[in-house]
Amino acid sequence: MRTIVWRHAAAVLVTAFAVLPIVFVVSAALNPIGTLSSATLVPRGAGLGNLLRLFEETHFWTWYRNSVVVAGLTAALAVAVSALAAYAFSRFRFAGRRAGLVSLLVIQAFPQFLAIVPLYVIFSAISDNWPVFGLNSVWGVVLLYIGGQVGVNTWLIKGFFDSIPKELDDAMMIDGCTHTQAFLRVVLPLAAPVLAISGLLVFIATINEFLIASVFLTGDDARTLAVGLFGLLADQRNANFGMFAVGTLLTAIPTVLVFQFLQRYIVHGLTAGAVKG
Amino acid sequence: MTITRNPARSDRAGAGAAHSRARTWPGSATGVAVRVLALGLIVGIALWAAAPLVSSGDWTGMAITAVATGIALWAYLTPRRLPAKYLLPTTFLLVAFQVFPVLYTMSLALTNTGDGHLGTKSEAITAIETSSVRREAGSAEFRLTVAEKDGALVFLLADPAKRAAYAGTEDGLREIGGASLGPGGRITAAEGYTVLTAAQASARSAEITALAVPVKGGAIRSQGLTRAYQGRAALAYKAGCDCVSGDGKIWRSDEEQGRFVAEDGSALPQGWKVGVGLSNLGAALTNPKINAHFAGVFVWNLFYAIAVVALTAALGLAAALVLHHPRMRGVRAYRTLIVLPYAMPAFAMLLVWRDMFNTDFGLINRMLGLHTDWLGTPFTARLSVLLVQLWLGFPYMFLVATGALQTIPREYMEAAEVDGASPWQRFRKVTLPLLLLALAPLLVSSFAFNFNNFNGIFLVTSGGPFPSDNPTVGATDLLITYTFRLAFGQQGAQYGLAAAMSIYVYLIVAVISIIGFRRTRAFKEVT
Repeated sequence: MRTIVWRHAAAVLVTAFAVLPIVFVVSAALNPIGTLSSATLVPRGAGLGNLLRLFEETHFWTWYRNSVVVAGLTAALAVAVSALAAYAFSRFRFAGRRAGLVSLLVIQAFPQFLAIVPLYVIFSAISDNWPVFGLNSVWGVVLLYIGGQVGVNTWLIKGFFDSIPKELDDAMMIDGCTHTQAFLRVVLPLAAPVLAISGLLVFIATINEFLIASVFLTGDDARTLAVGLFGLLADQRNANFGMFAVGTLLTAIPTVLVFQFLQRYIVHGLTAGAVKG
Repeated sequence: MTITRNPARSDRAGAGAAHSRARTWPGSATGVAVRVLALGLIVGIALWAAAPLVSSGDWTGMAITAVATGIALWAYLTPRRLPAKYLLPTTFLLVAFQVFPVLYTMSLALTNTGDGHLGTKSEAITAIETSSVRREAGSAEFRLTVAEKDGALVFLLADPAKRAAYAGTEDGLREIGGASLGPGGRITAAEGYTVLTAAQASARSAEITALAVPVKGGAIRSQGLTRAYQGRAALAYKAGCDCVSGDGKIWRSDEEQGRFVAEDGSALPQGWKVGVGLSNLGAALTNPKINAHFAGVFVWNLFYAIAVVALTAALGLAAALVLHHPRMRGVRAYRTLIVLPYAMPAFAMLLVWRDMFNTDFGLINRMLGLHTDWLGTPFTARLSVLLVQLWLGFPYMFLVATGALQTIPREYMEAAEVDGASPWQRFRKVTLPLLLLALAPLLVSSFAFNFNNFNGIFLVTSGGPFPSDNPTVGATDLLITYTFRLAFGQQGAQYGLAAAMSIYVYLIVAVISIIGFRRTRAFKEVT
């Protein structure tokens, strides 16, 4: 019993550290005056003035829709593509496997935004030929983000696949399944926890990405939340802080929903007992 | 080939090859359907991608499309090459959006690309000639209407003497028909162009002043918002001597520096892009302005990355372990709250933290009753950026550690318990090694991320505080923010030099990542 009390005390402490700055943002969002200099930790009053201003004075809905589409698509596709590669690295032995794994590691160490000038040149060329995937298009940015995410996620998912007993797919194949069936019906369902976590990590990384989005998505219809909200503070830092705080909180909602949705896949003990002896 | 439904169970001797083939290439109806679908998809995408390339005659683009399509067909239209089937999407994406940009960066590093060196030599010559345009007595005059087409500025010009209408852009002048003239002889509307209102035009007045429409022997420039004149270029390029002359001076082409240089050493501001070999890479090491503080920044950068990884991993792991207990209640609620910082938009929260550290009305000073200039002294500024990054980063470690904890088979703990291991021993000998094995790749990539955590520094301190005698390097500067300021700072954009610096940063990260991986047990799984 004592250990449980101790555990709760520690958990409350960590939770307080995690939550306090967010409480500040909440009270700044509710703050009727709406300026930075008047914001406190505990709100002195509450009003929806900042929220109303945000929707009336900015294209907030457009930013919001773009961000959710970009982050959702990127997360789903990056995890799917990474899981395929991870399966090959985990289950097959082929020429160049080791080299492939090492180069994945080396390549993903290069931060995409360092190459912003080359990326801009590439996307200008894409714009000329396939405007759907070019500059000022959320689809092009989705492709770019997936490219930046597959390296690290392949490693993450491969590590988990390695921990799933190979005997399970062998058993499937002895029963006449193909590799594809073993992958889809045994490995993927068992790997649900890591797929859920990868998806969540990609979603968060993407919805927070600022530098590339600020260069690639400049049109009014193409802006994401990060670009739009940053613009709010660019010239009216003090006066717009309340709106900014509201926008910050609303930006967090999709992430929390995705986490709640994925949390049920993060269940434990699925592989326990699958292999006897 | 006979269709073998259960190849591994079949005991016909001497059909081994057929078995393995049938296993990967089932002749079932679904198999055929999937193959046909794949073929259709690949060909469909290839045709869609090729259409605009064919119409614009882009042979390089077509070659790339053809090679990519060929590789896709090679992998998917055969029973063999199973690994390739799974690896191809990842490979394509990585090559297009990671490998190619890195190689491109490396090639940029070998040039002098930057402000004043962006285009080709002939573009530079056009720019020199049009910008030297002066008005002379008897120059042709036009009535000007400022318009735009696809966002680009256009001068709609009416020539009262010739009764002609033109559209001028930075690419040149062409005659247009069907323009309607208003009072004063100005064009009021023209098909395909959007005429700007006076307010819109004055908002873009800097662009309008800068626009010079090149014509033979000079250019057309605006004078106010309603008039334009055709001036004569004071400077002219002569192919014979490969030089620019005018105003009693001669600037000769210098192919090594990519600009026109006069005898007195002065150069025209408009240059062009040339290869400079390894001089950018050399400058990063030998230029005293750049390398003087390199070592100091590097040490802090290394410390910052290691400290962030260690702090976030320790706190994240500890929190995950605290909650990982069968009799623990409210785990879901704790988890949701602890993971909240990760759900918050990082860039926005960095700006919020910066304001919480503010000396006068920052939340931290107000809560603690202090008046500390947190971001103003080197020690507190460094402490602050570490605290901010700990807050932003530990939920990530917590999430992954939680996931990894759940994959540790319960039998291991039960077995250790049966063997009489104490809780500490069970943690030290079973849980921790298994956790670290799962976390190792993430620790390394977290290190690589934080080594280049541009936003984490730039949005909080901008690299500062800066010593009073040296505004180029601050106490919290990472290599990446330091490089960024050097390359894009006061002297204007120097992409070539910036690319060279980012190659160094990348090499450092890659080498450290590889060393880190070699030292972890995760690397053993590669073999």
